[in-house]
Amino acid sequence: MSYTPEMRESIKKVEATRPYRLHNDFPPMSLQEREEILRKFHPDYIEDKMRPIRVGVSKGQRMPLELADVMEGKPRIDPDKFDLSEVDYETDVLVIGGGGAGAAAALMAQEHGAKVILATKLRFGDANTMMAQGGIQAADKPNDSPVIHYLDVVGGGHFVNIPDLVEALVMDAPFVISWLESLGMMFDKEPDGTMRTQHGGGTSRKRMHSARDYSGAEIMRTLRDEVRNRYQDITVLEFSPAIELILDENGQCAGAILMNLETGEHLIVKAKCTVLATGGSGRLHYQGFPTTNHYGATADGLVIGYRAGVPLIFLDTMQYHPTGAAYPEQIVGLLVTEKVRGLGAQVLNVDGEQFVFPREPRDVESAAIIRECVERKKGVKTPSGMCGVWLDSPMIDILHGPGTIQRELPAMVRQFKRFGIDITKEPILVYPTLHYQNGGLQYNVDGSTVVPNLFAAGEVTGGVHGRNRLMGNSLLDVLVFGRRAGTSAALRSKEVKLGRLTLDHVRQWIRELKEAGIEPKVESPILLPDYTRKVK
Amino acid sequence: MAEEMVPVYIMGKLYEVPAGLTIMKAMEYAGYRLIRGVGCRGGFCGACATVYRIANDPKLYVGLACQTIVQPGMYLAQIPFFPAEKALYDINQLKPEPETIFKLYPQVLRCLGCGTCTKSCPQELDVRAYMAAAMRGDIARVADLSFDCIMCGLCSARCPAEEPQYNIAILCRRLYGKYLAPRSKHLEERLREIQEGKFDEEMKKIKSLSVDELKKLYSARDIEPE
Repeated sequence: MSYTPEMRESIKKVEATRPYRLHNDFPPMSLQEREEILRKFHPDYIEDKMRPIRVGVSKGQRMPLELADVMEGKPRIDPDKFDLSEVDYETDVLVIGGGGAGAAAALMAQEHGAKVILATKLRFGDANTMMAQGGIQAADKPNDSPVIHYLDVVGGGHFVNIPDLVEALVMDAPFVISWLESLGMMFDKEPDGTMRTQHGGGTSRKRMHSARDYSGAEIMRTLRDEVRNRYQDITVLEFSPAIELILDENGQCAGAILMNLETGEHLIVKAKCTVLATGGSGRLHYQGFPTTNHYGATADGLVIGYRAGVPLIFLDTMQYHPTGAAYPEQIVGLLVTEKVRGLGAQVLNVDGEQFVFPREPRDVESAAIIRECVERKKGVKTPSGMCGVWLDSPMIDILHGPGTIQRELPAMVRQFKRFGIDITKEPILVYPTLHYQNGGLQYNVDGSTVVPNLFAAGEVTGGVHGRNRLMGNSLLDVLVFGRRAGTSAALRSKEVKLGRLTLDHVRQWIRELKEAGIEPKVESPILLPDYTRKVK
Repeated sequence: MAEEMVPVYIMGKLYEVPAGLTIMKAMEYAGYRLIRGVGCRGGFCGACATVYRIANDPKLYVGLACQTIVQPGMYLAQIPFFPAEKALYDINQLKPEPETIFKLYPQVLRCLGCGTCTKSCPQELDVRAYMAAAMRGDIARVADLSFDCIMCGLCSARCPAEEPQYNIAILCRRLYGKYLAPRSKHLEERLREIQEGKFDEEMKKIKSLSVDELKKLYSARDIEPE
C-alpha cells in the first residue's frame, strides 16, 4: 500500500528542497490576500451549493443544500398520534449528547445538585471530541494573555464572532485546563511542570496544550470515567438519540422524546431543564467531501432545536480541515492533525515547492491547497484519481530531534503504518476534508437559548468562532460552554414549574412546511448516515 | 476492468466484497447498516473491535474494523461491547499509592503474565508490561505505557485471568494526572491573575473596538517565533 513510483518521484523533489526549506517558511498572507483566495477557492463561496431555508424562525438564512434538506425534514413521529401521557423518566436535567460538551454539562449539573440523565445516540464517548488530536488552546503562559487569545479568535473568525461568547471562551480557558487536571487528565509537560505548548493555524502564541496526539481521547475518556463514577446522580442512556424536544403549554422546554436505536421503542423524558450537546453534521458530506467526523455527526440537535424555535447563525460556513488524508484510499478524509504543522511541517506541491504559509487559519490554508490542485494543477495524483499536496512530516524530527514524531504523534504514526507508510521518513499526502460546523444554534454566555429551560453547548451552537474556528478552540468550546450550560441548567431547574406537555411546536412545523409547499425529502433527524450498498 | 472481489465470512455467512475495503466498509458493502461496532471510523474510539481468523490458519487475529483491510477467507466477528468490571470511586478520596490499585482491582494480582493481552492489542501496546507495573504498584509506568489505549476491550476479552486491563489503566492515568504529574506554576499564576481581574480592563477595551480597529490590531500582532 506504500506510495506509487510516480509519487516517489515527487517525494525526491520534496527531499531535494528540504535543506533550504528547513529555515525558510513561505510568508503569511495579508488580510486582503486571505479574503481574495477564500472568495475564489473556498467551498463556502460556491453560490449554487447553498440555499436559504424556507421555514422556521431563521427563514431565509443560507446553508448547504444537504443541510437545508435535513432541516426541512419531516418529523419522525406524528404529533397528533403520539401519546405524551406515560412518562418513562423524570429528571432535573436532561443532557442530550455523549461527547465532551454533554459529559462536561452532566458533571457540572450534578455538582450543582441536579439529578441528571445523559442520553446519547451511540456509545457514551463516541463523538468528535474523542477524535480531536492536536490539542486545546488556553492562554496560560507568561508571554500570552486572554486578550491576545481573543484577538486571534476574532481575526481567525473574520471579525464577526459574538464578543461576549469569545470573552467567556478565552477567560474560562485556563480554568478548564486546571479542571481537567483536577480530574486526572495527563497533559504534555516538561519535568518542571511547564506545559509543552505549540502553535496552531492562526495563533500568535504557542498555546496549544496537548496529550500526545490523543488530546481529545484523553479528555473524553477522563470525563466519561468521572461521569460513570457518579452513577448515583447521573444515568447514562446509550443508543438513545433524541428525536424531538417536548415543550410545555407555556412554551418552556420540558424534555425530549428518545428512541431506542436498537428496538425502535420511544421513551419520554420529562426534564426541568434540557441541554442540547449533540455536535455537528460532517456526515452530511457537504458538496461530496469526505469527513473527519464520527459516524453520528448528522445535525440531529440542529433539527430538533430549530423546530423548537431556536434561531440559527453562520450555518453557511463549514470548516474544511486543510489536511485530510488523500492517500491511501482506505483512510481518505481522515484527520491528519494540525499539530503536524504546529511542529513545523510544511505544505508542498508536486515539485516540492512551498505555496502557502503552513499555519494560516484553516479556511485560508484549505483554499490555498484547493488552488494549488485545481487552478495551478500542481497537486499529486493518486491511483483513485484524487489530488493532494505533500505535508512534509519528516521535517519534524530534523527540526526537533529524532524521536519527536513518534513521541508527539503516535496516533498518526500508527494510522499510516497500518497502511505501509512511515511518516517519520516519508511525507503525507493531504487534501482538505469536511471537519466542522462553524455555525449553529444561537445561545448566550450562560448556555441558555431563547426557549426557556433549553440550553445548548458545543458544535451544535454557533457564534463564538465567527465564520471560521481556529484549531484547539473546539475542545475548549465544548468544555467552557458544556460546563456553563450544565451549571445554568442545574441552577435553573430548582425554580422550574412545568405545565402540560405538548408537541404543538411539531404540529406547527408540519403546518409551516405544508404552507410553504415543501415536500420533505427526508425524515429527520436522520440519526445515522446510510453507507450500505444499494442492492438491486 | 472488473473489480477484484474477495470472499469474506461475516459471522459465518459468505459475502463477496471488493478487495481493498476495510472490514467496516466491507460489512456496509454487504448490506449491513451498522449501529453497534461503529464509532469514529478513524481508529480513536475503540467501538469496532474485531476478532478474525483466516481460512486454513488456526490463529486468531484482532483488529479495528475501520482500520483493517479485508483478506480472502476472513471469518469476522465483532465485539462491540465487553462487560469488563469497572471499579467506582471518588478520585478526590484516593491516594496515589499501590494499595489504591490493589483495593479497587484486587484481581490485578491474579495476572498470569501470559501476554495474551499484548498479542490482542490493536494499538500494539505492551499490555503485559503495564499489568506487571500495576502489580508492582508503579502508577507512573502504567500511565505512560497505557497512554495510547483506546479502551476497545480486546485485552479483557482474551484474558484467561479475567483482568479488566483497560480500566486498571485509566485508574492509573487519572491518579498520575491528578496527583503525580508536576504542577504548572504558570497555570496557577494565570488563574490568580484572572481572578484578581488583571485582564478585565483590557478585555473591556478590545470588546468595544470597531472591526477596522480590530483589523489593524490583528495585522500588527507579533507572532511568537517557532
